[in-house]
Amino acid sequence: MTATIRDFARGTATTTPIEQVYVGRRRRRRRRVIAIAALGTATALLAAAMLMLGGTIYSPSEVLRVIAGQNVPGASFTVGVLRLPRTVTGLLAGVAFGVAGTTFQRMLRNPLASPDVIGISSGASAAAILSLVVLGWDQTPTMLFALMAGILTAGAIYLAARGGESAGGRLVLIGIGIGAMLESVVSYLLLRANQWDLLTAARWLSGSLNGASWDQAGPLGVAVVVLLPVVIALSRDLSVLELGDASATALGVRVGRVRLTLVLSAVALACFATATTGPIAFVAFLAGPIATRITGAGGSPVLPAALTGGCLVLAADLLGQYAFDTRFPVGVITGILGAPYLLYLLIRTSRRGGSS
Amino acid sequence: MTQAATPVRPRASSPAVGARRRVVVILVAVVAIMASVVLSLAFGSRPVTIEQITQGLGAWLHGVTPRDIGAIAVQQRIPRTVLAIVAGAALALSGALMQAVTRNPIADPGILGVNTGAALFVVCGIAFFGISTPFEFLGLALVGAILVAVLVYFVGSVGAGGATPIKLALAGAATTAALSSLVAAILLPRADLMNQVRFWQVGGVGGANWATMAAITPVLVVAAALALAHGPALNALALGDDVAVGLGVHVGRTRIVAAACGVTLCAAVTSVAGPIGFVGLMVPHVVRLLAGTDQRWLLPVSALGGAVLLTLADTIGRVVGYPSEVEAGVVTAFLGAPVLVVIARRTRIRAL
Amino acid sequence: MTAQHVLCSDALSAGYGGTRIIDSVDLEVPAGRISVIVGANASGKSTLVKTLARLIAPQSGSVILDGVRIDRIPTKELARTLGLLPQQPVAPEGIVVADLVGRGRHPHQRMFRSWTAADDAAVAEALAATGVADLADRALDELSGGQRQRVWIAMALAQQTDVLLLDEPTTFLDLAHQLEVLDLLTDLNRRRGTTIVMVLHDINLAARYADHLFAVRAGRLVAQGNPHDVVTRELIAEVFQLDAMVVPDPVSGAPLVLPRGRHHVRPAVGRKGGSLEPATGS
Repeated sequence: MTATIRDFARGTATTTPIEQVYVGRRRRRRRRVIAIAALGTATALLAAAMLMLGGTIYSPSEVLRVIAGQNVPGASFTVGVLRLPRTVTGLLAGVAFGVAGTTFQRMLRNPLASPDVIGISSGASAAAILSLVVLGWDQTPTMLFALMAGILTAGAIYLAARGGESAGGRLVLIGIGIGAMLESVVSYLLLRANQWDLLTAARWLSGSLNGASWDQAGPLGVAVVVLLPVVIALSRDLSVLELGDASATALGVRVGRVRLTLVLSAVALACFATATTGPIAFVAFLAGPIATRITGAGGSPVLPAALTGGCLVLAADLLGQYAFDTRFPVGVITGILGAPYLLYLLIRTSRRGGSS
Repeated sequence: MTQAATPVRPRASSPAVGARRRVVVILVAVVAIMASVVLSLAFGSRPVTIEQITQGLGAWLHGVTPRDIGAIAVQQRIPRTVLAIVAGAALALSGALMQAVTRNPIADPGILGVNTGAALFVVCGIAFFGISTPFEFLGLALVGAILVAVLVYFVGSVGAGGATPIKLALAGAATTAALSSLVAAILLPRADLMNQVRFWQVGGVGGANWATMAAITPVLVVAAALALAHGPALNALALGDDVAVGLGVHVGRTRIVAAACGVTLCAAVTSVAGPIGFVGLMVPHVVRLLAGTDQRWLLPVSALGGAVLLTLADTIGRVVGYPSEVEAGVVTAFLGAPVLVVIARRTRIRAL
Repeated sequence: MTAQHVLCSDALSAGYGGTRIIDSVDLEVPAGRISVIVGANASGKSTLVKTLARLIAPQSGSVILDGVRIDRIPTKELARTLGLLPQQPVAPEGIVVADLVGRGRHPHQRMFRSWTAADDAAVAEALAATGVADLADRALDELSGGQRQRVWIAMALAQQTDVLLLDEPTTFLDLAHQLEVLDLLTDLNRRRGTTIVMVLHDINLAARYADHLFAVRAGRLVAQGNPHDVVTRELIAEVFQLDAMVVPDPVSGAPLVLPRGRHHVRPAVGRKGGSLEPATGS
């Protein structure tokens, strides 16, 4: 069997349909594996750069010794206390945004319908600003408050959109409406903020890894560790759900249950990440489509999107920290990089007529 | 039991609404405006009596300053009340026009990203060109609002199906997100500017003054008159482009004129009052229930309704936020989001 | 030959929200045959097939497969017996034909079991049976309407169910492609013994391709049986509110419906047909 297939791959054998299917599938699978490996490598390199670069540049061995728990003068503080939590938080947030985004996009069958665009995480933003500006809370309570508000908002949007046909389309409309409403709350609160709070709030709102600490990375890490496997386990159902509710039911997917589980997981991931770093613009929106570009259509989008999300956040944070005179928060960079891609994607999707 | 097979069409053209009913609706709207004006003059950080209202108004008409402090308060509330009426009418008319042109129930200046466009241009103007006069603000906001509205509408309507609600809403939301990042990128290194600019992010009529209102009034009057004159053509457009052509309407021209009027109305209001969302979304829907789908009635009645809504929203904002105030734009957002939920639930997304 | 399954409904009523679209339908699908559901617009034929395929939960009554109510059968197990091609299936952007057809293998896969040679074989067989094997590595977006419909049928075939339901599989196709799809389904039925139930809009194609017709009017089953027995002038008048002549189809021998309308009717035809009165109507 393998010999025949190798012959076929060289073009020396006549094609039977089964060989053609086998060879085509293997070819796409190989591309996918290579692409995922490349994404993994890129993520690792970016993480290494995050750890090594900065005011003082440390060698890989110094960084490794810090990670191993040894005491390296200078590096132990700079790398161990500052750069390592920042890198880990960035990576985790990227993964969480990427998975949440691609799950929503696939489930709603619309590349524009990522949770950041359709207002799913807007509740987290409003709560965080309320906490920072009005209540004057610290980071950790702010984060918890934002998390709860985010999940509540997403739940309200989901409930308001539920039922009947085309619930997905309604979810988009209602999400955008609620998002706009909460946006006006944020603006209202900012109007009342004093100068100092305003700056903190503005930073948080654009999504920033400044002040990342292990206290914050912990909960986000737990969320990713628990929820990522859930989404991966459902990724095969997700790829059938993409064919529409009717086809998915006919293929034996419990549409309601699977969709609810996926929505809950994706919302929780998006809200945990938003509560930790602020809404890093467009990572959820961009990770899925970029990952599909790299790995090819077909196959589960979850893992590639997770890695792409991580790459995006780390790369944007490196740019934001070192590429300009002023240090920009990571979200400003992703927002500006995302804008042209967004327009391109909008026009291309519209051309294809993907509207619902 | 058997007729149940015929699906109910929520957006079917309403049964002919009698002329008498329309007259009643207009009368009610006029009375409502007068009532909301009284409320707007009466409520605020200092509650006043009816007597003080008449005193303040009378003194204002004679161009004198009354001695009574309550009457002075009333006088100070006159500009914002006038602006609320004008801005509300313009926004609602703008929303009704955009909904007619796009045949899209959620077309609204806020959703089309007009607000962020205005904010971005003003921010750029302050940061890079050092603009400072109200008229420069006004001009830049107008240009930014128009450009972004056109961009979003273009992006949302490319391809099959035209500007469906979902495509349009997503295009608006995504563009808003991208522009907000740009605004943040400009502002974050310039903390001093943040103070000036944040007033551009919440809309309200509290900062009303006669000079800026005078500047936009001619623009508003021309746009509104043009829009109202196109009522019959818009009626034909509601039946679809092909039918409209068959009925002898210049589809392209009608669409461009009506859309231009819609964007101009909303952009002009945004340039003096800041971004006020959802008025253009809500009012035409309610009016359609009351006065039917005939654009010749829908457009003017929407304008009246918008005036009532914004005046009341501003008054509510002053009462709720006492002793300070909540901007009218925040109030309308809170009123509008539930309305959007209802619209989204009633409309058959597939069919759009 | 495949196993023979009995699909039937018992006092089945269903609809959307509070409205009832199909009402107390009792039917039994003949195993190993091609059944076609016909009816006027909004008669409930599409709702009927959706309810049989468990896309819509019944308001009352039930759908029964081999003596078991389908809502009691685990959904993946049911998906190995009962397949459905919806009216407007949606495909993810950029997906390759072989991958799309491969998704039809979903009910045969378990969470941690990877793709097997049997899956490849099923996909290849489905592609070959529908004549799209040479398109296997193409993106679906690049194909024509007729090719796409064959790919969707291939996906339903890869599911390898013994019963296949199709909701208007010929909509949006021109006449040549309509016949191609119906011939393909007939091949499938003759070769594998797959039980086929489909909704068709065109009464003449239905009469030609069906072994068994179900005629639906206003949500009720008004007639069923062999097309020769079912397709009569009276039934066409009842189901479609249409005054028509029924003659034997010179090509297939199946009944052929010739609608009369108000104009262009030669008096001679009415006399020759022998069964038509001057069109004052019943």
